[in-house]
Amino acid sequence: MAERSFKAEVEHLRKGAGTSFTGEGILAITKALLENGVGYVGGYQGAPISHLMDVLADAEDLLGELGVRYEANASEAAAAAMLAASVHYPIRGAVTFKGSVGVNVASDALANLASSGVTGGALVVVGEDYGEGSSIMQERSYAFAMKSQFWLLDPRPNLPSIVKSVGDGFGLSEASNTPVMLMVRIRSCHVTGTFECRENQRPDLTVRDALANPQRDFSRVVLPPMSYQHEHDKIDNRWPAAEKYILDNGLNERFGPKEGKVGLICLGGMYNSVIRALQRLGLADLSGNTDVPLYVMNVTYPLVQSDLLDFCEDKDAVLMIEEGQPEFIEQQLGAMLYKAGSSTKLEGKGTFPKAGEYTGQVMKDGIDDFLRTYAAHLLPGQVLAPNEPAPEIPDLSQTVPIRPPGFCTGCPERPIFASMKLVEQELGKHQISADIGCHLFAALPPFEIGGQTMGYGLGPASNAAFDGGGEKRAISILGDGGFWHNGLSSSIGNMVFNKSDSVAIIVDNYYSAATGGQDIPSSRAKNPSKATNNPITKALEGAGVKWIRQIDRTYDVTQMRATIREALTTDYDGPKVIVASSECMLNRQRREKPQRNAAIKDGTRVEVPRFGVDEDICTGDHACIRLSGCPSLSLKKLDDPLRDDPVAHIDQTCVGCGNCGEVADAAILCPSFYEARVVHNPTGFERWTAGLRNRMISWLQNRRAARRLTFSTDLSEGAA
Amino acid sequence: MSIELPIASGGGATHLDGVIKVAILAVGGQGGGVLTNWIESLARAEGYSAQATSVAGVAQRTGATIYYIEMAPASVPTPVFSLAPAQGDIDVMIAAEMMEAGRAIMRGFVTPDRTTLIASTHRALAVSEKMVPGDGMADAAEVRAAAETAARQLVMADMEQAAVGVGSVISASLFGALAGSGALPFKRAAFEEAIRAGGKGVEASLRAFAAGYDLAQGGKEAPAAAASTPAEAAKPAGSAGKLRAYGALLDRINALPAAVQELALPGLRKVVDFQDIAYGAEYLDRLEGILGRDSADRGYVLSREAAKYIANAMAYDDVIRVADLKTRASRFDRIEDQVGSADKLMTLTDYLHPRAEEIAGLLPAGLGARIEASPVWMKRLDRLFNKGRRIRTDRFRGFALLYVMGGLRGWRRKSRRHALEQAHLDDWLNRAIGYLPSSYDMAVEVLRCRRLIKGYSDTHTRGLSKFDRVLDGARLVETRDDGPEWVARLREAALQDEKGEALDGALKTIRSFI
Repeated sequence: MAERSFKAEVEHLRKGAGTSFTGEGILAITKALLENGVGYVGGYQGAPISHLMDVLADAEDLLGELGVRYEANASEAAAAAMLAASVHYPIRGAVTFKGSVGVNVASDALANLASSGVTGGALVVVGEDYGEGSSIMQERSYAFAMKSQFWLLDPRPNLPSIVKSVGDGFGLSEASNTPVMLMVRIRSCHVTGTFECRENQRPDLTVRDALANPQRDFSRVVLPPMSYQHEHDKIDNRWPAAEKYILDNGLNERFGPKEGKVGLICLGGMYNSVIRALQRLGLADLSGNTDVPLYVMNVTYPLVQSDLLDFCEDKDAVLMIEEGQPEFIEQQLGAMLYKAGSSTKLEGKGTFPKAGEYTGQVMKDGIDDFLRTYAAHLLPGQVLAPNEPAPEIPDLSQTVPIRPPGFCTGCPERPIFASMKLVEQELGKHQISADIGCHLFAALPPFEIGGQTMGYGLGPASNAAFDGGGEKRAISILGDGGFWHNGLSSSIGNMVFNKSDSVAIIVDNYYSAATGGQDIPSSRAKNPSKATNNPITKALEGAGVKWIRQIDRTYDVTQMRATIREALTTDYDGPKVIVASSECMLNRQRREKPQRNAAIKDGTRVEVPRFGVDEDICTGDHACIRLSGCPSLSLKKLDDPLRDDPVAHIDQTCVGCGNCGEVADAAILCPSFYEARVVHNPTGFERWTAGLRNRMISWLQNRRAARRLTFSTDLSEGAA
Repeated sequence: MSIELPIASGGGATHLDGVIKVAILAVGGQGGGVLTNWIESLARAEGYSAQATSVAGVAQRTGATIYYIEMAPASVPTPVFSLAPAQGDIDVMIAAEMMEAGRAIMRGFVTPDRTTLIASTHRALAVSEKMVPGDGMADAAEVRAAAETAARQLVMADMEQAAVGVGSVISASLFGALAGSGALPFKRAAFEEAIRAGGKGVEASLRAFAAGYDLAQGGKEAPAAAASTPAEAAKPAGSAGKLRAYGALLDRINALPAAVQELALPGLRKVVDFQDIAYGAEYLDRLEGILGRDSADRGYVLSREAAKYIANAMAYDDVIRVADLKTRASRFDRIEDQVGSADKLMTLTDYLHPRAEEIAGLLPAGLGARIEASPVWMKRLDRLFNKGRRIRTDRFRGFALLYVMGGLRGWRRKSRRHALEQAHLDDWLNRAIGYLPSSYDMAVEVLRCRRLIKGYSDTHTRGLSKFDRVLDGARLVETRDDGPEWVARLREAALQDEKGEALDGALKTIRSFI
């Protein structure tokens, strides 16, 4: 069950011609795939296209009606490999994954797909962006487009343009027998807007039909000498065909006056921020009518040389607006202009910072700078010489704390890392290798566990140099998502085969949790269209792991700690794998809360747990927080003049997971923690015994109160 | 913010002929997405074109995240909206938490020429603030001051309380505040319609909306929860004899200078509550002893600190105190109130983990000392007692166990732990007083070092060791003029991190110049 359900929105995917669709970018892409007669879809979840996978999963019924095959692929490599169906068959296929990590994982399949070439349109939708919310921005998918020679679309970030680019992508792919990558930026995936619908199209040839008539063509196989021919085919036929298609169909766009001394060239995805900068410089209106000639590359690879040279002709200077580095496009454009003997000056990096995202301010400054140098006459007087100086804003950089993402309230991974921290306190620091997933948050305070992360499913593999063991054993972390993605072979298989004397901890939270709670083979839920409930331990046994410990309640910190300690100290010198399983709390709450509320309403007996801290017993040392970081475990300043430091406090968002109590017990921190369970709809007998107990307890309490001085408020609440 | 708001003309911060830019900075789980949807559908319903963007994912997982909405009137054909907020280009900034307001200001999203800043003043503490052993909470006053300079119009109130108080969530009260601020050119009814169109938890959301609206319109915040009543008003209850004896102690308090009384009264209450009236008399003996060597010229700073820290030292955290506090009726009431179990039943499990040290501490002073000195006996005790215990304090057996422990107060003065605490207390006081009369400030600073001793078991041991190291450091600088400042610096350093790395650094610095 994914974090977000699109069941309601998916109904909009049935809309026909003459209606309009209002919603998010990812839904628009899905609708566009259906309107373009896609025959099969698949992919691997990851921000920002996780929701695209969720939409597809929720739309499975509709896909089935249209004869479209949907596959939740095991990895990006598996997704890219699925596009092989379009090599021999005229079937349109689309897969989606996160860029640039996705293209890295899928590179083998992508290279071979691009070499073989395609008959049916093959589209890879990659989610990629610089900046806030993008975790993998250290590389660009652009390099992959260049090296494997598949085409890259980067449409303007509004729904009609994104929808159009899906059709353009299939068309371009078929016209040039080349797979096409459609890049959508993180905010474009979630941008809202409206577009006019067309009817959904059944694929001309479904994958079922194709199976009945298998095709094969020796010349498409990537084996010498055919691969040499593919190489020529790319340059001699596919590339020119692509350029022609792009020109004929006007995939790239020009805005603003035809003539001008200067021009701007930007990627489609950056169009809106360029227009905003021009608006702020007084050079464009709200509808995007600009005074500066603008060339928008909705296709960023290949570059259409004739078109670009035409745009640059008679211009003194052009500014290439390309975020990220290296500046692939600027380099190509520079070579083009130079070889053509052009006198047009090319600006780009230098005017813009070489690294870092082009925020609104950077964009405005860069264009302003360029125009001041080459076309100052265009700029309004107010921009050239502003009347007022920029306002002075107080500096808060020393005051405002950073707030990186972390484990949710009640996260079952928290006690695992609390246990690891406790073991470290006993046995000293260990070499720890992390993986990709929510558990990577353990690298941040308060745990600060894990020194590197090499890739999805590669946690144990990245400790391979330490497999020989030593005075202390290396520890690696692997999530259940990473385990099924790549970890079973690359990490676990590697450990077994190399007789690794180290410890791997598999964090099993029943889902691919970090990407939004999608099901995976070991998920415990029943999934009508996928095979779940395949235990990780069985896979481990099958792979040859002998020392396996399954923990079914990670919140039991004492047991968790004992198991980790055992793995680190046992005489057994082969691979030691701990599978620490408890359900992702975010998903669990989403599932259980409505059920619980309904049960309470129905009069069923329900216990709702919550933890608390006795504030007069807490001394304000915050050791519990240093072993937790739980959002609901916070601080409270007491109104007590005798107290200097705030005390721990658990707010009403507590879900009663018990981590704080368990940690306080295991680490022998303090006796402040208690668990209070509210019993809804108790039985009559329960009420009766509770009444009896309460009377006895009250009698004792009154007895003691009578023998001492009692102050009207708790001392902790102060003599206030 | 006027009450009669010419809503149709907006708050003036917006450019009615152009795009209105609204950014929301929220912490995961605050409903920033819901608020964004409301604003977007409000704008669309009012005939505006609108576009919203967000970065999902981080939002769920407690990080700080930005939602962004742009809207333009229907008169603008096919507007080109930006997908991300830009510095100096925001009309309305909504910050769902105080430090997020600070972050918005820091990022340049709040500028005096145009921005209406709507911020909730409540705090959701960041991990870095919470994990400090001392007080690591960021200074909200600085953010408030910055907001007053940076914003064109400012709406600041506890929107969390406003929402939770009426059984809803902060997104609704912020939406109300947005309506109340007049920053958008839409009528109140249109905002409420957007909530109704959303269809989920409508009634509660509308209540929170109204609360936020009133706050933005200059309404009053709900009175602070803790209404402070003068200490004198809270008279204790008890037998006539006890009250008489306590009255005699109060007379002694009343004879103290006012500045000292302020802390001596809660101090007295704390020690009497911890032990008994005689113990309270001992407290006052100690305090008066110090007062005798203090002077009005220094504002009785020394005695004030003594009043505070002697009380804390005398009311140490032992098993008896914990058991006593856990079995009081007032505690049961407080928890029932917190979890809202008034008309239901409640179970209560206490997480306790006694060690051999706690048991030895309960024994008679001599015997306890001998056992503590014997590793064999300590091991034996550990085997018997060192175990995590979940005590069901709501059940009779669990309650009775703690009740009996709490009843050992009469025994306490004979215990090993008491002897240890007394000796430690005396050492510390003598050490501080030893600096008088020549170095008054050193004496004050040494008294204040008592703040370092807190926690139980390992934490307590670590606190003691930090205390010792700071006092050792104090010895190094005791003859210097800036000695007291160094002691204060050492103490602050000791409170910065768990292991005392900052303290080691500060000590190293001291050693470098002596």
